[in-house]
Amino acid sequence: MAKMHIKLTVNNRDIEVLAEPRLLLIHLLREELGITGPHIGCDTSHCGACTVDMNGKSVKACTVFAVQASGAEITTVEGLAGPDGSLHPLQEAFREHHGLQCGFCTPGMITRAYRLLHENPNPSEAEIRHGISGNLCRCTGYLTIVRAIRAAAEQMSGAREVAE
Amino acid sequence: MTTETESPQARTQKLEGLGTRRKRVEDIRFTQGKGNYIDDFKLPGMLFGDFVRSPHGHARVKSIDKKAALALPGVKAVLTAEDLKPLKLHWMPTLAGDVQAVLADEKVLFQGQEVAFVVAEDRYVAADAADLVEVEYEDLPALVDPDQSMAAAAPVLRDDLQGKTTGAHGPRKHHNHIFTWEVGDAAKTARAITDAQVVATERIVYQRVHPCPLETCGCVASMDKVNGHLTVWGTFQAPHAVRTVASLISGIPEHRIRIVSPDIGGGFGNKVGVYPGYICSIVASIVLGVPVKWVEDRMENLQATAFARDYHMSGEIAATQEGRIAALRVHVLADHGAFDACADPTKYPAGFFSICTGSYDIPVAHATVEGVYTNKAPGGVAYRCSFRVTEASYFIERMIDVLARKLGMDPAEVRRRNLIRKEQFPYQSALGWEYDSGDYLTALDKALNTAGYAALRDEQRGNRDAFTRGETRKLMGIGVSFFTEIVGAGPIKNCDILGLGMFDSCEIRVHPTGSVIARLGTISQGQGHATTFAQILASELGIPAENITVEEGDTDTAPYGLGTYGSRSTPVAGAATAMAGRKIRAKAQMIAAHLLEVHDDDLEWDVDRFRVKGVPELSKTMTELAFAAYNNVPPGMEPGLEAVSYYDPPNMTYPFGAYVCVVDVDVDSGVTEIRRFYALDDCGTRINPMIIEGQVHGGLTEALAIAMGQEMAYDEAGNLTNASLLDFFLPTAVETPSWETDFTTTPSPHHPIGAKGVGESSNVGGVSAFSNAVNDAFAHLGLTHTQMPHDHWRVWKTAQSLGLTAA
Repeated sequence: MAKMHIKLTVNNRDIEVLAEPRLLLIHLLREELGITGPHIGCDTSHCGACTVDMNGKSVKACTVFAVQASGAEITTVEGLAGPDGSLHPLQEAFREHHGLQCGFCTPGMITRAYRLLHENPNPSEAEIRHGISGNLCRCTGYLTIVRAIRAAAEQMSGAREVAE
Repeated sequence: MTTETESPQARTQKLEGLGTRRKRVEDIRFTQGKGNYIDDFKLPGMLFGDFVRSPHGHARVKSIDKKAALALPGVKAVLTAEDLKPLKLHWMPTLAGDVQAVLADEKVLFQGQEVAFVVAEDRYVAADAADLVEVEYEDLPALVDPDQSMAAAAPVLRDDLQGKTTGAHGPRKHHNHIFTWEVGDAAKTARAITDAQVVATERIVYQRVHPCPLETCGCVASMDKVNGHLTVWGTFQAPHAVRTVASLISGIPEHRIRIVSPDIGGGFGNKVGVYPGYICSIVASIVLGVPVKWVEDRMENLQATAFARDYHMSGEIAATQEGRIAALRVHVLADHGAFDACADPTKYPAGFFSICTGSYDIPVAHATVEGVYTNKAPGGVAYRCSFRVTEASYFIERMIDVLARKLGMDPAEVRRRNLIRKEQFPYQSALGWEYDSGDYLTALDKALNTAGYAALRDEQRGNRDAFTRGETRKLMGIGVSFFTEIVGAGPIKNCDILGLGMFDSCEIRVHPTGSVIARLGTISQGQGHATTFAQILASELGIPAENITVEEGDTDTAPYGLGTYGSRSTPVAGAATAMAGRKIRAKAQMIAAHLLEVHDDDLEWDVDRFRVKGVPELSKTMTELAFAAYNNVPPGMEPGLEAVSYYDPPNMTYPFGAYVCVVDVDVDSGVTEIRRFYALDDCGTRINPMIIEGQVHGGLTEALAIAMGQEMAYDEAGNLTNASLLDFFLPTAVETPSWETDFTTTPSPHHPIGAKGVGESSNVGGVSAFSNAVNDAFAHLGLTHTQMPHDHWRVWKTAQSLGLTAA
């Protein structure tokens, strides 16, 4: 199959690759670029383990072709920490509130929560539950994830007020 | 001499030992996407394997043509049963004493069965090649209903067992019969039932479900031909047992095999078994001389790797008019699928189903379990429970409610009248178990009071009146369950798997500067062992948990153990950890005596140091003693500070709990809203309350999934009709309620730190609480039992059958 030349930005790094048109974005990230934070849990876009941020939207990287990401700006869980290595408030909050167990859904869950808090900086519990309903977790029962996202939202809004 | 600046309380706090809500050390890598799961492995020259699978439930394989697949660029090999035969690897032993086809040998027996293994340069080419393998089948009648398995005219499923009248668990009476297992006193039970004032009967089906961890099963096999070493990284809940099995079936000496379980993305029993994908990857790596990766996709996971439950239980419970239980009898038809690949201790083909007398003082009981073959996937694993314990618990907890209806009594009151009393422990059950400890009435009372049970029943009466008056179309249901688990398998005298006693182990090395590495025979799949086992040691050794590294899963470095499932890690490996820690402390005490020039009996332990009795200013901390172990030990003592413990538990542990679930059922839509769920758990000594709560939340969510929606639905031809996450129910954050957790603490008397294990309790107790609540919503209308899962359609059908909605 003829390969296509694509350029994209992943976690602020400019990438140029040749990709088969059928190559999925998740496989480009994981196997070509070695970005293994996003995981594959279902192949049918139900579980959300592969969630990445693409041009300011949460997408499931198992149902996007790599060529569709040509020109896109992609952020994965590996790109959330600050330039000095400080963790994102969501990463801190997930640990603080026991929002993860096996860790397999966590990169997708945190990446989704990251976009959710951009869309809605002060979500209610119900809004958080709806906001992450495309991401399945088999371990936690979600309650601690909801608490973690709520805590991160509060921490981030506190930080914004201090900055203003 | 140590100077003292801090109080014992402050020093204890610094350790982050038992009882601390210690944050998890695992999370630092997981939250940054730096976990290391099997599909993250990439080795030089690595190839990918993919399966050609059976589209049929039952068919004869007439021919396999691999020419087109082999002609595809990038394809390195296509293996079939014919290729494995010369190696005698086309069949493999199962954990249950049966055999399973690695690749279909003349017949396929379930949809999704492995027929050929394609190896190619990347996963896309492997998938293309799998499509190019042409298999010709001759369809055979599929046997899907276990009730028909032993009919005279039932099709023969296992040609390989023709004429075998004895199986691993005794005589076989039919070509599709696997075993019959019996326990209890049949005659006394029959008499008690005949003589009883009240007998309630019910057929209760615990449907086939699947553990469905978010990460599927997979491995990377790498044969180093130069050194004759095989390394396999994979999703193994029992890496040491996998090494032994791999050695026995491959002929490679065990010391030349290294099995590694990296980070595992959830197991829940699904990753206990040995699967054809592992064997085929190993063979392919041996044949091709390069590493071979195999990772199943979700459909393959649901179709082919281990399912759970599928127990069809017919029960009778006898009682006095006052609700005192006189006897319990149950017969189970167990659908084991096409091969008996149950993961149970050898002597227990029905696991610990005999815990089915539950939390109640039942004088006599009798249970029989009959295992049969059908054209479904093999398995029968303990999905977030100890072996067949959730089936047993669901059975008794439903039967108690069925009995309560018959007696016209409140289900909580029937439980109260029959719960084993505190003073009866250790309690000998009618079916042969010795319950270690419990304070059931205290737990039940606390649960009912905290949940406001009496007020809930008042509200329900009001709701029913309002429903009758037409003011609401919702019915309120209240479910109570009181469960007792049996976990921590187990004593070698009665528990082994493939002849391997079910002990577990811990090896500890204390470094000169007082930091520690501990290695165990278990393997975490999300339970947080690296955090909690360090807490056990912190309390035993007086060394801060942050200075203790816990490592598991690499058979080259960890001591032998039977792995993590059946809530056995804390009861068995946790005990080994404490015992090994005590050996370290005993040696440190002798070193301290030497340094302080006193007899070791003259020393007492104080949080993190030994003190001379009566002269508290004379002391040595563990950090000081660690260094001394490397340069100044008593004459005749070996230097160093290491210990290992292989712990053979004297008994199982028996966690218990009381749950209350409140639901509102919309009779017109069948939608059941979980209004409240209160869970009180008693897991003995609590190591890390934060992690315990997390385990309870997770188990409850899996119980919600099972009770309210999960079912592996096979059609008459043996097609699994819901093998994707579109159709197989996994709850999202929206369906999942906020959980309320609570606890009592009744330590296990035989466990070194009194812990009982908690990872599975809430799944065991949760399923019956949900189901009891849904049944309870309709109880006043005469309903005694309706089968799970209580999805909207089934609940709506129930409402319809009771005349609540138009037909």
